[in-house]
Amino acid sequence: MTGTITTITFDDAVRFVSMEADCLDHRDYALWLGLWTDDGMYAVPIDADAETFVDRLNYAYDDAAMRRMRVSRLTSGESMSARDASNTLRSLSRFRMLGDEPAADVAVRCAQHLVEYRRGTFRTYAANVTYRLQVVGGSIRMAEKVVRLINSTDALSGMSFLL
Amino acid sequence: MTNRDYNALVLPDRVHSSLYRDPAIFEEEIERIFNRTWVWVAHESQIAKAGDFLTTYVGRQPVIVNRDRSGEIRVMVNRCRHRGATVCEARHGNAAGFVCPYHAWTYGQDGSLRGVPLPKGYKDFNKADYGLVQLRVESYAGMVFATFNPDIEALDSHLGRAKPWIDLFMKQGGGFPVKTMGEHRFTFPGNWKIQLENTTDAYHFPIVHKSFLTSLDDATEDLFSFMDAGGYVEDLGNGHSVMVMIPELVDLEDNLDADIPDRFAAIADDLRKTYPEDQVRRIVRATGGSGFNLNLFPNIACSMAFFRVLRPLAVDQTEIRHIAIGMDGGPDIANRARLRLHEHFQGPMGFGTTDDVEAWERVQRGSAGSAEPAWIMINRGEDKTAANTGDVTAETGMRAAYQMWKRMMSA
Repeated sequence: MTGTITTITFDDAVRFVSMEADCLDHRDYALWLGLWTDDGMYAVPIDADAETFVDRLNYAYDDAAMRRMRVSRLTSGESMSARDASNTLRSLSRFRMLGDEPAADVAVRCAQHLVEYRRGTFRTYAANVTYRLQVVGGSIRMAEKVVRLINSTDALSGMSFLL
Repeated sequence: MTNRDYNALVLPDRVHSSLYRDPAIFEEEIERIFNRTWVWVAHESQIAKAGDFLTTYVGRQPVIVNRDRSGEIRVMVNRCRHRGATVCEARHGNAAGFVCPYHAWTYGQDGSLRGVPLPKGYKDFNKADYGLVQLRVESYAGMVFATFNPDIEALDSHLGRAKPWIDLFMKQGGGFPVKTMGEHRFTFPGNWKIQLENTTDAYHFPIVHKSFLTSLDDATEDLFSFMDAGGYVEDLGNGHSVMVMIPELVDLEDNLDADIPDRFAAIADDLRKTYPEDQVRRIVRATGGSGFNLNLFPNIACSMAFFRVLRPLAVDQTEIRHIAIGMDGGPDIANRARLRLHEHFQGPMGFGTTDDVEAWERVQRGSAGSAEPAWIMINRGEDKTAANTGDVTAETGMRAAYQMWKRMMSA
């Protein structure tokens, strides 16, 4: 990211979350870990209507330490499911700012259509994704990313990738 | 009905891989095991109030588990007595009764048929003959089981020597009643018995779960590195078994004077603002869960800090639920810690489950062909089958389950 900013516009937000999606599909996890605020939270709730996650069971509710552990697990070679990890291809669309922009602290919601390929099987993960983005030191950082799968309460398959 | 010689497929130290892949054997399992024995359907905390219900399965049969007005827990076939539609599709809720959406036959909480539209179209129709079909229901320590078999022994004797272990497991309420706190639900492409075996398989843990162990702090990693920690596996009869991995965490009300582990120090400090020291220690010790897996044949396990429920979908498809449990009325900080621990290991994004699923899927793939010899070996620790001592990696629990399997399939 070049240059410094003080507020986040709609275009800034779309550019940022598209870059984040590209990071995950290309497994650039080191860069991904740096996209967060220090106290940023990554949530994949089971209850898609939930607005708070700390007192509920989620698929993932990760602070910085847990994200680092998750990335180590995906990259260390110690996990046999991650050694043969899925290929993923995600498309983001239908962007909408939730609240005013430009601002130093914005929320954006979009549709995520993720196709996973592993061992001859394609699977689809459709989700509403909400990002809270903040300006930190002149750059955009994620303060929260919430991935609400549209089938979140159904039986899912094991995931060797990040939503 | 086929007339297979199950004695030839289940030997004391090995089982034939056709048990994982033969659809005809699967059909017999549904009929002879899941439709005839006690099947776990719920924990009482899931249906705490009158009218609370959940929907689940006994074998392939959709059922409703509810608590009626009088407080009685019922398990009823989720099928209208008219034309067979399910009368409830919600996974859980609270309802005064159930109305079939097809022709509006209406059932009470107790399953009795209360009314049908246009009743004059029927001749000699007695509503009392058309209630929802009821299963036999019995509970132990909050665990609700149901069966289609009216002649089966009482749940109490079916559980038998497993009961004291259920009592120990429930001590992770930390002095509060145990409640469920949500679940992870996932499927894997493999036979249900592969999961059944896994719950009593300590041998895989340091291999399959290396990435989980690496993610823990040193003290916790030591705790979970239980290959030589004095653990053991015991056959409890009727296919049930217990695998003790961490002997010092068998009785969570013992050793309350022991030092509080560093990972729980912050929780303990917070609890001290509200609770006296003895209660703080009890809650903290309960927070991390029990040190054993109790495998109850055929579909439920009390596994360290959660319930594992399996449901056979097809010979090569199984649904697993990992139900989180916590302290009902207990401190938020302890229940939060339990939720985060559950998320860490369990579920489709968990550090443990995803690798387990990979291993189970590989067992199914490797067993898909019929090249002989096609034996699945369960012979570790054979000399210690009966004794309550020895090796945590002994496959005693698997042998116990398969002997029960053979008994039921041959009955």
